[in-house]
Amino acid sequence: MMKISLMRSIPMLLAALLFAGCSSTPTVEQEAQVADHSVGAGTGASTQGAAAQGAWTGNPLDDPNSPLSNKVIYFDFDRSEVKPEYLDTLRAHAEYLASHPDVTVTIEGHCDERGTREYNLALGERRANAVANLLTAEGVARSQITTISYGEERPIDEGHDETAWALNRRAVLVY
Amino acid sequence: MMKKLLFLLLIGWAGVTQAALTIEITEGAEGALPMAVVPFGWSGPGAPPKEKIGAIVAADLARSGRFKPLPEGDMLAHPHSGAEVEFRDWKALGIDSLVVGQITPHGNGGYQVRFELFDVFRGEQLVGYSIPTTARQLRTTAHRIADIVYEKLTGQRGAFATRIAYITSLRQADGSKKVSLRIADADGYDPQTIVSSKEPLMSPAWSPDGRRIAYVSFEKHRPAIYIQEVFTGRRQKVAAYPGINSAPAWSPDGRQLAMTLSKDGNPDIFVLDLASRKIRPLTRHYAIDTEPSWSPDGKSIVFTSDRGGSPQIYRVPVSGGQARRVTFENNYNARASYSPDGKKLALVTRVDGAFRIAVLDIASGRMQVLSNGKLDESPSFAPNGSMIIYATKEKGRSVLAAVSVDGRVRQRLALDVGDVREPVWSPYSQQERSY
Repeated sequence: MMKISLMRSIPMLLAALLFAGCSSTPTVEQEAQVADHSVGAGTGASTQGAAAQGAWTGNPLDDPNSPLSNKVIYFDFDRSEVKPEYLDTLRAHAEYLASHPDVTVTIEGHCDERGTREYNLALGERRANAVANLLTAEGVARSQITTISYGEERPIDEGHDETAWALNRRAVLVY
Repeated sequence: MMKKLLFLLLIGWAGVTQAALTIEITEGAEGALPMAVVPFGWSGPGAPPKEKIGAIVAADLARSGRFKPLPEGDMLAHPHSGAEVEFRDWKALGIDSLVVGQITPHGNGGYQVRFELFDVFRGEQLVGYSIPTTARQLRTTAHRIADIVYEKLTGQRGAFATRIAYITSLRQADGSKKVSLRIADADGYDPQTIVSSKEPLMSPAWSPDGRRIAYVSFEKHRPAIYIQEVFTGRRQKVAAYPGINSAPAWSPDGRQLAMTLSKDGNPDIFVLDLASRKIRPLTRHYAIDTEPSWSPDGKSIVFTSDRGGSPQIYRVPVSGGQARRVTFENNYNARASYSPDGKKLALVTRVDGAFRIAVLDIASGRMQVLSNGKLDESPSFAPNGSMIIYATKEKGRSVLAAVSVDGRVRQRLALDVGDVREPVWSPYSQQERSY
């Protein structure tokens, strides 16, 4: 029993370490970049419209204790399958969207810098579609979802190593 | 105080907008031919033009890696015409070929540039021209002279009087990025911004006549394909379907544009007829099909597809039909483009985890890796097929590099600030051979 719980906590511990590693490595400049790209000009007019609509729902999307606060999921290199560890997060978003049919979401697909730019634009779209398909399979109306690929054009971490690449291979739900 | 601030602001502004590309040769060919380009004479009243024609010609020829121009300080004489040349002096210096010339005022504010190329050992003129030009065109005239000299001495057409288009990305004071599509002379001079945006710009592609550039802009928060006239700045949106609109590629006659659209659910190659605005699908596959490039004979299109499980190059007849796989070595091959003679493809390949530029000989299927970076991309042939320009990383920054097709000559092209990527070499200009 003891052993099992320890085994279970190892991945979390690793994740915590990894996360600590990530948050300590980027420079201040890169953190500014992160903030800019998640809520700034990059996400466009649709973000602001949706946020205004979201105001009356009481903002469960920002509750740090809710799985809805996780809006980014990560992918393996040149892959677009949603990994099982993100299914709970996406189911929570699907449930939220299905019960709030007036709320819309934009799913951004992104890639790391490896490989060619146009191919990555296509790959980013495939990642965004993979998330969109999962949401619609869970009962969300397709009309609530917009997808867009930025390929490798909007990295969140501008480093050139595996840590940066892992953070950049992502799909982001922008409400 | 205010004045001083304004001055500083202006300096900062100038520093950003003029951001010039500087080119240096990082690896020259062994056996580069010793030659000399004597500084051109000036026969007019008043001050000579500030452009140093002889130095521009010498720099072009040196950049090709095939010539080793004599430094000006080592010259024993400065002849400006054949009659003034003492061949013995140049023989003694081990010089094989000699270029001399003279600039004369001509017409209203114009110039006449006369030059002669000599074979020093035989003591005879190989070529000589007198070219009328304007103050604005002096650098171009110098590049044309380099083209003529290069062709006479190597048998291959020169590509110095050409331009390159590229994307730059500069971080602004507010933390945002300013992305620009620029055009500069092939030697990095005279950079001009033709579009800039806070949103991504991608995939510049020259029309075959060098007068228009197609590119992808996210300015409306969605990718769309535009065609812009280089000289007037006028532009039109040619594709803005739902989903991806990317990777524009001109047909050799300039009448059609191949592109990647995902309007039907996933990325496929389409061909747009520019006159009728009709679009037709060329590939239909559930995999990613993108990065089309037209063969110089106009008959086929190569593209990247992951239909076999990993990105590889395929070729399809422009009229449609079955796509056939072209690349078999390595598990990632993408963004192929044809050499001007149609015999080779430049592409990005992954070797030992690194993304590098390679040239594939189509007939033999043999692939030669030409670059040595880890994240090299966007290869583009010079219009004479001698060099390939591409994007690479240097100390975390994006810079451009060029390599000769035989891998012997290497150049590096860096911007003084910011990142530079997606270089595309222009075709020859239309007026190129008007004299």
